[in-house]
Formats: sequence, structure tokens, C-alpha cells
Amino acid sequence: MQNVLDRVTANPKFHEFVAMRSRYSIIMTIISAAAYYGFILLVAFQGPWLGTKLGPGMTTSIGVPIGVGVIVFTIILTWIYVRRANSEFDSTNEAIIHEAQK
Amino acid sequence: MRLRSNMNIKHLLAAVAALAVAGGAIAAGADLGQATKQATNWTAIAMFGIFVAGTLYITKWAAGKTKTAADFYTAGGGITGFQNGLAIAGDYMSAASFLGISGLVFANGFDGLIFSIGWLVGWPIITFLMAERLRNLGKFTFADVASYRFAQAPVRIFAATSTLVVVAFYMIAQMVGAGQLIKVLFGLEYMYAEILVGAIMMMYVLFGGMTATTWVQIIKACMLLFGATFMAGAVLMQFGFSPEALFTKATEVHSKKDAIMAPGALIKDPVSAISVGMALMFGTAGLPHILMRFFTVPNAKEARKSVAWATTWIGYFYILTFIIGFGAITNLIQNPGDFYVGGEIAKGLKGGGNMAAVHLSKAVGGDLFLGFISAVAFATILAVVAGLTLSGASAVSHDLYASVFNKKATSDQELRVSKIATLCLGVLAIVLGIAFEKENVAYMVMLAFTIACSGNFPVLFMSVLWKNCTTRGAVVGGFTGLILAVVLTIGSASVWEAVIGNPKGSAWFPYNSAAIFSMTAAFFTIWLVSILDNSAQAKKERALYPAQQLRSETGLGAAGASGH
Repeated sequence: MQNVLDRVTANPKFHEFVAMRSRYSIIMTIISAAAYYGFILLVAFQGPWLGTKLGPGMTTSIGVPIGVGVIVFTIILTWIYVRRANSEFDSTNEAIIHEAQK
Repeated sequence: MRLRSNMNIKHLLAAVAALAVAGGAIAAGADLGQATKQATNWTAIAMFGIFVAGTLYITKWAAGKTKTAADFYTAGGGITGFQNGLAIAGDYMSAASFLGISGLVFANGFDGLIFSIGWLVGWPIITFLMAERLRNLGKFTFADVASYRFAQAPVRIFAATSTLVVVAFYMIAQMVGAGQLIKVLFGLEYMYAEILVGAIMMMYVLFGGMTATTWVQIIKACMLLFGATFMAGAVLMQFGFSPEALFTKATEVHSKKDAIMAPGALIKDPVSAISVGMALMFGTAGLPHILMRFFTVPNAKEARKSVAWATTWIGYFYILTFIIGFGAITNLIQNPGDFYVGGEIAKGLKGGGNMAAVHLSKAVGGDLFLGFISAVAFATILAVVAGLTLSGASAVSHDLYASVFNKKATSDQELRVSKIATLCLGVLAIVLGIAFEKENVAYMVMLAFTIACSGNFPVLFMSVLWKNCTTRGAVVGGFTGLILAVVLTIGSASVWEAVIGNPKGSAWFPYNSAAIFSMTAAFFTIWLVSILDNSAQAKKERALYPAQQLRSETGLGAAGASGH
């Protein structure tokens, strides 16, 4: 076991992989935080704009699709990450471990 | 808002006003306020009885499977990602968010949506940064992860303290909410709720451990999602599935008219708004009862699936509450005779402003559906309290007893201690629930989130992701965050004035949420103390980082963690 650990740690591919995935997680974190804080800042500073109507004679305001959009966007972002992590990242991960076990 | 002159409404108004003043304090969804007892609702009681009978039957089945400490803490690690996602959603979607947010939409329209978005933003953080690393490093509690390469005793003592404090505040809010709800929903005394919730929850946890708790949460999540979907669907059907038609009608009948389609007075002070956002965003990733759920799945893949499903269900649920709130506007305001005190809108909704969703259930589904929704709302509290208790008991038995006081403890001894801890926590929950009956507990859930984001989250984050973090840094920084979160919250208007009763304007902490300061202070302290730490222990801990990183990133060596 210790051998495998040492070989993985010595493998530059492992470090590349970890760095790549961490970068990806951080970018995704920043995107989701930006969506949320962007919305909060809109509420704080552009409240009346969020109340503008979607079209002439309509009641629905721009804020409704934006607000619901932030929720849907959050869900989609989560699935994008999970799908990529569960397929691409996991197979790279397995390949690195497999290589070390040979 | 035309709701006035009613005790309950006064409290709701006070809560909403506090929020409006303080700026985006999303805490409104957390407090159900005081309520007056209503006529006994036998349908609701019968439905709740069926739920309890069913869940106790499951507990009996789960009890047969709960033989070791691992079964008790993590259901043996055999929960699938999809099931765990539902259970997490069940843990997270509280009665307060269901009734509170729909009540807020009913009163203010668009502002309710701002609240619900806040409650969702923590989930991507857990997905991107925490889920798989937690699963790869941990076994039973988040302290397993935080203390992975550190000195066990100090980190465990910090984690257990923080867990118990978070659980206590969260639990008091739930127990008081249960007591207020039972008066309105079932027409029973406050005291019944405390004993019912305390006793049934103890049975789940004591006999069925994590297996029973998980299934209670899954069943509750399904019932809540079904009920909310049915209600929102019924509302949309009234308007030919056109949200535009729903909004048009709502602006016609609501006293605030078109203002309900735009943000109101929710965010006045950007610092507080950002601070509340931080508490919700990072606090979710530090809630011990949520973190614990990641150890119930067999591997990192399933852990990731869990959060994706949880985020989906929770987000979907919040969209529904928005429709439900608007549905309540169109359905209730025009029938004051059925839903308002004395049939007068000026006197407010029967049972208080948070009852909008409950009244709507009667409007769209009659007495039977009202009974169902009432039972669901109450069952919701039961499930949340069970999860909290399990998490608190694990902190005592796994983090304190088996990792600090008796390191040679066998699985049987650990299991016994966790059961004793469950009993003590259950009794404590009942006692605190009764003691806080007349108290203002509006700030408590927010405080739990603030502590979680200022204590647990920084310690977890730095111990897992920063090589140079040391025991000393983690413990000093964690306690700094924890203590600051509590002290600054006490100094804010929502506690200093609204709870302690000091004169208005005397609060010495000017913002509504401490998170922006306490979380920053925690991270800074962890960093500073760690880099100044040149002890031999610190060197050893830094040297252990590569092995920890290997396991947290690849899961190598983690596969067996849950299988035993």
C-alpha cells in the first residue's frame, strides 16, 4: 500500500490532475458566488429595475425570471460539476491509481 | 401589509421589520413566532399518527440493522446518492422555510424569493469544495476530517463543542417552532409538542440510529415535495398554468398592489446583506448534521450525487414556495371569512402570517389536504430534530468519548455512550423547548449558521486544503470564530434589543450578521497561528499533508471507511 501511495505522490500527472481539478472547483465556486452576490447587489442597488415589466401590459417583472434563474442556474452548475467529476475526473483518478499499482 | 392588531401578526411584523431594518436577514424563514391555539384538527392528528406509526415501523426494522457504532452513525455506509440527496433535502427543508418563506411571499411578494435564493447558495459550495473530500477523509463525523493529520484531542474538543453549540441553537428554534405549530395545526397545547417531538425523535435515533433517521428524512422530504407540488400545481391550474395570470390577479387583490413584483425594503444595509449571504453560503458547508450525511454513502461518486440531488430538490422546493405564496394571495384575500381572524383582513390570518401555506392547502384541497399539510409541517420538525440529535450524540460519543477520553473504547461501548448521549440530548431538547416557549428565538437559526461558517467551515477548509495548517492554528482559529460569532450576535440589535430588552439603538454591533467579521477573523487566525507555529508537532503535521491530500483527492485508502 505504502508503495502505491509513494508512486502516486511521485507521479507528476497526479499533481497536475489535482491542480486542474482544484482550479475547476474554485472557478465553479466563484461563478456560483458571483451569481448569488450579483443578484443581491441588483436587489440592493437596482431594485426598481428588477421591478420593470417583462413586456408592455404584463405584470411579471424582470426580477422573477432572474430570481428563478439564479435557482435553476445553481442547480445546473451543480450537475455540470458532478457529471464531469463522476466521469472524466474519476477515470483520470482511477488511471493514476491503476498505473501506480502495476 | 394589511395584517395588524393580532398577537401573532405583531410578532411576524416585528420579525419582518427587524429584517427590513437590518438588511436581508434571512432569518425570517427561521422563526414561526408566537401562535394562538386553534380548534382541534382531528384529520391532521390522524395523518400525523399514520406518519408516526409508519416511521416507527421503519425504526423497528432499522433497529435490527443497527448493531455497531458504524451502523448507528452512518447506516453502515449503505445509502445511495439519490436516497442521501433526498435525506439531505429532508434535513434542510424545515417547517420554518416552508411556512416562513411562503408567508413572506404572501406578505411581500418578490422579497420572499430573495430569501429562498439565500438558502440555496450554500449547496454549490459543498458540491465543489467539500463533498468528495469529506467522504474520502471522514468516517463518522466532520471532526474525523478536520483532525485527520492533527493532534486528536484538541481538534476533537473544538469540533464537539462547536457541533453541540450549533445543534443547541438550531434545536431550540425547532422545538419552539414545534410548540407554536401544534397549537395552530393540531389545536393542542404547546407542551404536547415538546414531549411528542422529544419522545418520538428519541425513539428514531435511539433504536434506529442513522438508518431510521435517514428514512424518516426521506419520507418527510417526499411528503413535503409532494404536498408542495400539489399545492403549486393546483394554484397554477386555477390560472391555466400561466404565471403571468397568477401575478396579475395577485397584484389586483394584494394591498401593496404592483409593489409585490419588485424588491421591497429587504436590503438596506449592504454590509449586513453580504454578511448574511456569507453565513448562508459557507454556514451550510459547516452544519454538522448535514456534513455527517456524507458518511452514509459508500464513496465519493455517491457523495457528489447526493449534493446534486439535494440541491435539485431544495431549489425546486423554493420555486414552489414562491408559487404557493402567490397562490395564497389570490386564494385567501378574497375569502376573508374562511381564513382571517373574525373574517376581517385587518385582523390578520388565523394562526398568524406564517399560516398562509396551511390555509392555502384547505382552499385548494379541502380538509383532507389541510390535514395532510399540517401533518407534513409537523413531521418536518420531527425529522430535522432527529438529525440534529444524532449529530450531537455522535459528537459526544465519537469525538469526545472514543477519541479523547477512552481511546480504547470498543464499538459496543461507543454505541452505548451514543445512546446515553441521545437520551440526554432528547431530554435537554424538551427542557429547552419548554424554557424558551415565550422567548424570541428568531435569531437562533441564523446564529447556528454563523457559528458553522465561522468555526467549522474555516477549520475544515484549512485543514483539508492548506498544507501549513497546524493543530494550534485550527483550534485557536476555530474557537476565535465560534466565540466572535456568538459575542457579536449578542451585540446586534436582534439579540441586544429584541431579546435582552435593551433600549432601541443601544446595540453595540451595528450589523445584523456577524459572519463577515467572525469568519474572516477565523481564517486570519488559523493562518497567523499556523505560520507562527514552529513546534515539532507542527512540522510533523505539515509532513503528513501529502498523504492526507492523496487520500482526500483520490479516495485511495478510503474505500473501506464505511464498509465495516
